[in-house]
Amino acid sequence: MSESNDATVISNSWDNLKQFTPARIALGRAGISLPTRASLDFQLAHALARDAVNIPIDFSELQLNLSLMGLESLTLNTQAENQQLYLQRPDLGRILSDATLACLQQTEPISTDAVIVVADGLSSKAIQHHALPFLRLLLPQLHDYRLAPVCLVKHGRVAIGDAIAEHYAARLCIVLIGERPGLSSPDSMGLYFTYQARAKLSTDAERNCISNIHSNGLSYEQALKKLMFLITEAEKLKLSGVNLKDETTDALTDDSPKYVNFLLD
Amino acid sequence: MYKTHVAHLSYDFKTLRNLMAKATPSRSGDYLAGVAAANHLERVAAQWALAEVPLKQFLNEALVPYEHDEITRLIMDEHDSIAFAAISHLTVGDFRNWLLSEQATTEVLTSIAQGLTPEMVAAVSKIMRSQDLILVAKKCRVTTQFRNTIGLENRLSTRLQPNHPTDNPAGVAASLLDGLLYGCGDAVIGINPASDNLEATLRLLHMLNEVIERYQIPTQSCVLAHVTTTLKAIAQGAPVDLVFQSIAGTQKANDSFGINLNLLNEARLAALELGRGTLGNNCMYFETGQGSALSANAHEGLDQQTCEVRAYAVARKFKPLLVNTVVGFIGPEYLYDGKQIIRAGLEDHFCGKLLGLPMGCDVCYTNHAQADQDDMDGLLTQLAVAGNSFIMGIPGSDDVMLNYQSTSFHDALYVRQVLGLRPAPEFERWLQELGIFNADNQLLQKAEVPALFKASLQKLGR
Repeated sequence: MSESNDATVISNSWDNLKQFTPARIALGRAGISLPTRASLDFQLAHALARDAVNIPIDFSELQLNLSLMGLESLTLNTQAENQQLYLQRPDLGRILSDATLACLQQTEPISTDAVIVVADGLSSKAIQHHALPFLRLLLPQLHDYRLAPVCLVKHGRVAIGDAIAEHYAARLCIVLIGERPGLSSPDSMGLYFTYQARAKLSTDAERNCISNIHSNGLSYEQALKKLMFLITEAEKLKLSGVNLKDETTDALTDDSPKYVNFLLD
Repeated sequence: MYKTHVAHLSYDFKTLRNLMAKATPSRSGDYLAGVAAANHLERVAAQWALAEVPLKQFLNEALVPYEHDEITRLIMDEHDSIAFAAISHLTVGDFRNWLLSEQATTEVLTSIAQGLTPEMVAAVSKIMRSQDLILVAKKCRVTTQFRNTIGLENRLSTRLQPNHPTDNPAGVAASLLDGLLYGCGDAVIGINPASDNLEATLRLLHMLNEVIERYQIPTQSCVLAHVTTTLKAIAQGAPVDLVFQSIAGTQKANDSFGINLNLLNEARLAALELGRGTLGNNCMYFETGQGSALSANAHEGLDQQTCEVRAYAVARKFKPLLVNTVVGFIGPEYLYDGKQIIRAGLEDHFCGKLLGLPMGCDVCYTNHAQADQDDMDGLLTQLAVAGNSFIMGIPGSDDVMLNYQSTSFHDALYVRQVLGLRPAPEFERWLQELGIFNADNQLLQKAEVPALFKASLQKLGR
């Protein structure tokens, strides 16, 4: 199927704009519709993304690497016992399972400043790819804080961090979670930061979100810079969420020609 | 207590709220909330009972207590009893018949809009089939203006949504130009910023403003940041056309979004003061979606569709240019599959239009929902038949920032072609003057780039 020679497909002369974005631009058209190639490309990406939702998380490698870094970690489960239940019952993904809770309660209560939670969310691929490299950058920045064990949660939703932060009496709660897979980014990681997170009390308005951490999105360094800004400000203001604005400057306005806006400059 | 007998069984529904929830067509979010009918028969029993409820009852029995919910207070306090008079004698079942009848002309429907409460409209939608929702919505006409006119008969507008994973200006510009060259962008050029960051918001606002000014595009811009971020941007002198906010149907849900009616009012007044609309001053852009209140654990025992329609009372107060139900974005725990998404999209559009809102729909789904492009084609076509005001336009249906699939530039061309729909008149003229469309609103055969944009592209080389 060579559409470049196909007289019925009208290609777009602005396809050099593809260098600026992963978006599906300059697709051309057959009549006013998607040409066959673009249409099947889409179906392929959709098939990959749908399959990505269902790949189960495997925390063993992350756990091993954390222990090599001298960090304790725990694997926790939520009340969403399987993937199908997890997809249809987000409430269960926000509550620790009875067994996990009993386990936690048996451990010696320790008082901490911060807890890091890693949850599979809707893309186990995101966590497999990005959690460890990000934690390698983050952990040295937190050396002044008393950290709880890193909590690795299967079938977890963002708010699962609240219950965990409460258990460890942690002031800062940092949740790394797999975001819903997109066609072009099946492995996007999100980061949620909550100050004084408490189960059943914290609302989404009290969280700050840094999303789109993946190879074509926000870099680890950029995400870290934003997070450290949020932590510093939250410590001053004693809050997080909509009243804590991320006022960091992205490194996107540099002089690299990639960022020249051709429509205006 | 609401009672009915069906198939030799008697059913009691304790409250109107309970009755409404049980009468709702099946969807996963209501099961999640524990408010759905237990089986098909209970659902139909509830629909029979609901059909017998006088519309007046909705003014007597608040579904969320007046004392603790400012949206209930808004609905009750601003109800227009004069507009209501023409239908005040009807039950919900009669009201369906009346809406479908010849009596209910476009003019009459417009005249009763302020007399309807969200709950009355939600109730009647629950006993309407898809074709009823389409037929009545088609009779409603809601037009709004900022720099062009949205919602005229046989017109379908598009929001050009040039999102980029890191808000990179060149990346945004690439999708923006692609969209314009496919004839999209008359509802708004609206960017979801990757983070709710004031500086990024300011940069995008200035960029969109410069593009619209330089190329003299008769449309408006919006950066979909939180209303408090937009207020800060306005305070710093940013060129804000439309103020965006996600809204929900209970005070508690809006609390969780960090908003309330006062804040929205403050934002609208701040935008009005800028006086940037040339044809009109509808300067708000709201987004909603079934399930948002439940996801904030703030549904107050309501079914998700009734919650959704209550959000339209919030929207209506602020005379928006656009209201967008982002129907399939929320995920399968609220709308499980294509069937549920399609039904919800048609309900939202009908309810919004009947209440007098400029209703559009983000015809969309996520990769964890049981839905695909065929389902979206179905919803898109049905909504366009129903006279939907606008849809999204996203390159190749793939939003590379929000990670979901919506309608593409091609989809808009498809539905305009099969149904003979046109863009907003001011934008249509611009497209024709530039030579993007010919006089019959068809893309030019040779895919030539208009002279106006050629220079920009030539700078890039090949």
